[in-house]
Amino acid sequence: MVWSDRTVVGVTVGVILVAIINFFVPEWIRQIGLLSMAMGAAALGLLVLWRTGLISFGHALYYGFSAYGVALLNYLGLRDAFLLVIISATMSGLLAWGLGFLVRRYRAIFFALLTMAFSMILYGVLAKTERFGSTDGLNIRPPTFFGYAPQDEAAQICLFLLGLAIIYFLMLGVQFYLRSVLGQMSMAVRENEIRVEYLGYSVERVVHVKYVISGLLAGFGGAIMALAIGQVDPESMVYWTSSGEFVFVAILSGTANVAAPFVGAVVFEVIRHYAWEHGASLWQLIMGGTLLGIIMFMPEGIWSLVQRVGKKKDSAP
Amino acid sequence: MPDGFLLDMLQALFTILTDGLIYGSYLFIVAVGLTVIFGVQRVLNVTHGSFYAFGAYLAAYLGAMWYESELPDFGGFVIIFLVPIVVGVVFGVLIERGLLKHLYGKDEHIVVLATFAAFLALEGVSLFIWGTDPYFFYQPQAMLGFVEIVGMTYDYYNLSLIALALIIAMALWYFLARTIWGRMLQAVIFDREISQAMGINVTAVFLGTFILGTTLGALGGAAIAPTISVLPGIGVEVIVLAFAVVVIGGMGSVPGALIGSILVGVVRAAAVHEFPHAEMFVIYAIMAIVLVFRPEGLFAPPRVRKI
Repeated sequence: MVWSDRTVVGVTVGVILVAIINFFVPEWIRQIGLLSMAMGAAALGLLVLWRTGLISFGHALYYGFSAYGVALLNYLGLRDAFLLVIISATMSGLLAWGLGFLVRRYRAIFFALLTMAFSMILYGVLAKTERFGSTDGLNIRPPTFFGYAPQDEAAQICLFLLGLAIIYFLMLGVQFYLRSVLGQMSMAVRENEIRVEYLGYSVERVVHVKYVISGLLAGFGGAIMALAIGQVDPESMVYWTSSGEFVFVAILSGTANVAAPFVGAVVFEVIRHYAWEHGASLWQLIMGGTLLGIIMFMPEGIWSLVQRVGKKKDSAP
Repeated sequence: MPDGFLLDMLQALFTILTDGLIYGSYLFIVAVGLTVIFGVQRVLNVTHGSFYAFGAYLAAYLGAMWYESELPDFGGFVIIFLVPIVVGVVFGVLIERGLLKHLYGKDEHIVVLATFAAFLALEGVSLFIWGTDPYFFYQPQAMLGFVEIVGMTYDYYNLSLIALALIIAMALWYFLARTIWGRMLQAVIFDREISQAMGINVTAVFLGTFILGTTLGALGGAAIAPTISVLPGIGVEVIVLAFAVVVIGGMGSVPGALIGSILVGVVRAAAVHEFPHAEMFVIYAIMAIVLVFRPEGLFAPPRVRKI
């Protein structure tokens, strides 16, 4: 049964609570929530890969590809937020499927570097093409929601609810994937690829499926981000530093639970919000210091705190 | 065909080659440090970008102070060579002993992430010390003067960078192939445990290599400082370029770094002159193509897989 899965129950309750709270918070908190959803979706994509021991240093490729997809479709006249997100994210997934044929053969550092090279190619194209606004990027006109065109705060609330619904289904989808046979192969592939091959499974296929899923997730993240800030630009969405931020959130969160990346993303965005007020240097110091601390002392990420409280009843799927 | 056309083409070709070599030699100085560290320690060191940035910032900062106080002119060059050694020793010891020591033997990407974290922190530190204003340190370049070659003006400073890169390449080759220290280094690269058993102090070799690599990274920064305005973010930019160079040439290979940086330099110069839109795109396209067809890089020696 679906509801016998504690994670599913927890995620459902959590999402409903957040949806209710959403109506009572000021705009800037809701904005942090939206940014966290986008960041969390990308980090969830990295979680899927990280389970096999793979790290991508180029997920900004799918994030930025999808964000630009939203901007261009919007420019062409498509206004509906739901369609914008779905179409752009699907295109990201297709791109991941195509590149996956190359990427799936690589492991460890080569995997990270190849994905980074691809994302830097997209950055090079976007930053130098005037059609796409070069380094200034593109603006996005306010979207509509199934024909309804709200203004100001109502628009933000609608976007938040839409994003939340999408994130909810993404979390459930990833949870079911991780529980499926294909998902359970993750750890097996990480431990010993040759044995997995001898058992009759294709390691490359396992990695390829993972790569497509993670590209799709990053695509959803990018699309939500594009709508949330109403603007896309290569520097803050496609450059390798954004990929680094996703990796940061993924490591911060840990891989234990599909909800972890979103908790990690909220922590990340809140710290960023406050640290920026004191200047960029403090922000980078905090980010670097935290990441070092996590790697050295809490390799399971902040979700391990939750597990410690729950006395490890909530084991990983 | 009119004569002018051929002449124009030759001139364009010459310009591309010279610009490419200049850019390539500064890339080489930075990338060779990265590749030496990777070869010995198997660490893809993102912090290298900060070493470069600190080299550039410290040189520009001290240089500006030096010329303000009207001390002898040649001091600028002393600064360019002294700063990297200071940065190399301080940061080399700090990062290797303070951080990497605890991570040897862990997963390759955990180590990359740790150096990425240190890189972020150091970026914050440099922003904190030097702020967001640009620093200028143009005097050494102006001092050496300019020369006209085939109708194009070049400055001696940039041309001397090519010589510097060549000297470094040859010195490294001599060090690795002809000295006892270099051979010990190669033994450690080949098999760490056996070399330890043979009495090589692996800890010292690791520290020494790291300081050497760090110094080279900082030298790249200090040497380029007179030709650019030193701004926040230069480390971020250079580290991906150095990755591309090192991947193209083969990770851990010194000749590979040389060929890789010349290739990247010339191709970038060609793009800048002929198709400005492709400037960045083309470098990473080469990197991706090399990774797809020869993931170990163009010049890396084949590695025996140990079981």
